[in-house]
Amino acid sequence: MKTTGKTTYQLPIGPIHPALKEPVMFEFEVDGERIVNVNIRLGHVHRGVEWTATQRNPIQVLYLAERICGICSYCHPMAFSLAVERAAGIEVPERADYLRVIHGELERICSHILWAGVAAHEIGFDSVLFLTWQMREKGVDLTEYLTGNRITKGITMIGGVRRDITPDMHPKIQEALQYYKENFKKLQQVFLDDKTFQMRCKECGVLTKEDALAFCAVGPTARASGVKKDVRLDQGYFAYSDFDFDYITPDIHTGEVHGDVYDRIVVRLLEIQQSIALIEQCLDQIPAGPIVSEPNIQKLLTKLKNTSGEGIGRMEAPRGEKVRAPTYNNILPWIPMLTNQQIADIPIVASSTDPCMSCTNRVTIVKNQGTSFLDKEELHRMSIQKTRRLCP
Amino acid sequence: MTQKQRLNPEELIQSIKDMFTTNIQDARIEKRTMGKKKTEFYHLWIRLDKTIFKEAVRHLQSLDPALHFAVSSGYDLDDTIELVYSFSLYHGVRHQEISVNLTVALPKSDPTIETITDLIPGSLISEQEKQEMLGIMVKNIPKNTRVFIADDFPKGVYPWRRDETGPKKLIRNLHKEKI
Repeated sequence: MKTTGKTTYQLPIGPIHPALKEPVMFEFEVDGERIVNVNIRLGHVHRGVEWTATQRNPIQVLYLAERICGICSYCHPMAFSLAVERAAGIEVPERADYLRVIHGELERICSHILWAGVAAHEIGFDSVLFLTWQMREKGVDLTEYLTGNRITKGITMIGGVRRDITPDMHPKIQEALQYYKENFKKLQQVFLDDKTFQMRCKECGVLTKEDALAFCAVGPTARASGVKKDVRLDQGYFAYSDFDFDYITPDIHTGEVHGDVYDRIVVRLLEIQQSIALIEQCLDQIPAGPIVSEPNIQKLLTKLKNTSGEGIGRMEAPRGEKVRAPTYNNILPWIPMLTNQQIADIPIVASSTDPCMSCTNRVTIVKNQGTSFLDKEELHRMSIQKTRRLCP
Repeated sequence: MTQKQRLNPEELIQSIKDMFTTNIQDARIEKRTMGKKKTEFYHLWIRLDKTIFKEAVRHLQSLDPALHFAVSSGYDLDDTIELVYSFSLYHGVRHQEISVNLTVALPKSDPTIETITDLIPGSLISEQEKQEMLGIMVKNIPKNTRVFIADDFPKGVYPWRRDETGPKKLIRNLHKEKI
């Protein structure tokens, strides 16, 4: 920490810091414990994905895009796919649109629960972190059952999806949804009714509706400030226009909008309920038919190669509108959220937008007081065993 | 924020054509339907001269004060750099949103464009990104620094360019090199 004047100090936090789960650099100007100003620097995990994509064919880009981020690994390739389909005039079968909704909402459930655990951790409740992440396992297991993969799902295909969900698979989905319904009350009690959560999160990290609009905030961050913006409803891509649901803003639960961290928790928790209902509607109404417009990959590639046009793919990822990563638009809103807050509140305010700079995975096992690393072969063997347990 | 009377896609295109009579190069409506109910939605694609770009954004904002800027994308097309600014109007009412994409071609001899951060502060990062990735100049940008690429990345190299200023000379095939 170094002095820059009589009353304020510069406090750098990041890009790697114990209080942050993502590599981002905050340069705070603080007056005692109060934040006066903040400068944000990005790019510490910039991998040149855009350039790499220009060296691949469109189907290869799907697999590249789902590696941008491990939490919304479905939304990235799907937004790309939507753009390609619109540029090339590819019609997606109705059944595929319904399947796309199921996978999208399942990803939202997993992402929001993961975020809830991180939020609990940031304010010191690690037991709640483990409770929520245990709940998330059910969703990840279901993802593996439906797609064959837990994180990078490999389910997206230009013109549809790669795997069907047959009627004999519905009971497993319904069982997982029932599990979440039964446990939702528990989440609500911990995150919304608990006094300590309320004391830490209410009136903390406020983003006004005016600032949310000015800084182009998206997703739960925008909705928690009272901005009714949700691409699923605004434009109704996939089959969303067939379903009965509405914008979720915090006043549904609290009667008013404050735009604070607590309101962001309210929106995400209610959206878990909404996602459960959407998957149920999907299962009830899903039409029969093909799941992809052109199953022959070579024919599809030839068509794409001979097509020119421009298209844009917009979808509502768990963190918000995706035509680029939603965090991209939720960076600047950090400035009004953090200004005038206490240093101690930096972690929960920063994480309240569910930021994602990128995702990397490493596994370490502590065994017999020593540390051993799982190699690729061992992880592969374990994943095959787990899949066989889920899909005997 | 109050909104004026909502225009439909045809009226919206017409209002822009009426306002800027000569500098609109192309304007088209992409209409799509989704789901079993065949709900319609619209993307407008408007190609315009950069001299009227900022006024066009101001016009969109006058139609909807809650105008949302999603992102700007950019491409190197040999002699020009093309920028596509993606906006959306009328969000908040189910199925009423209209996407508007404004395309502006910048000649490489003068790759400059006006900032829109004074109208939409949230466009800053997107403008910074286009500067560092495509080598364009955004006039009056309030924060003229790099945002994604590192400070020690060579000056005059732009990762999204396909010409001599592109990243080719920086690319190494690591499998061919002794590390």
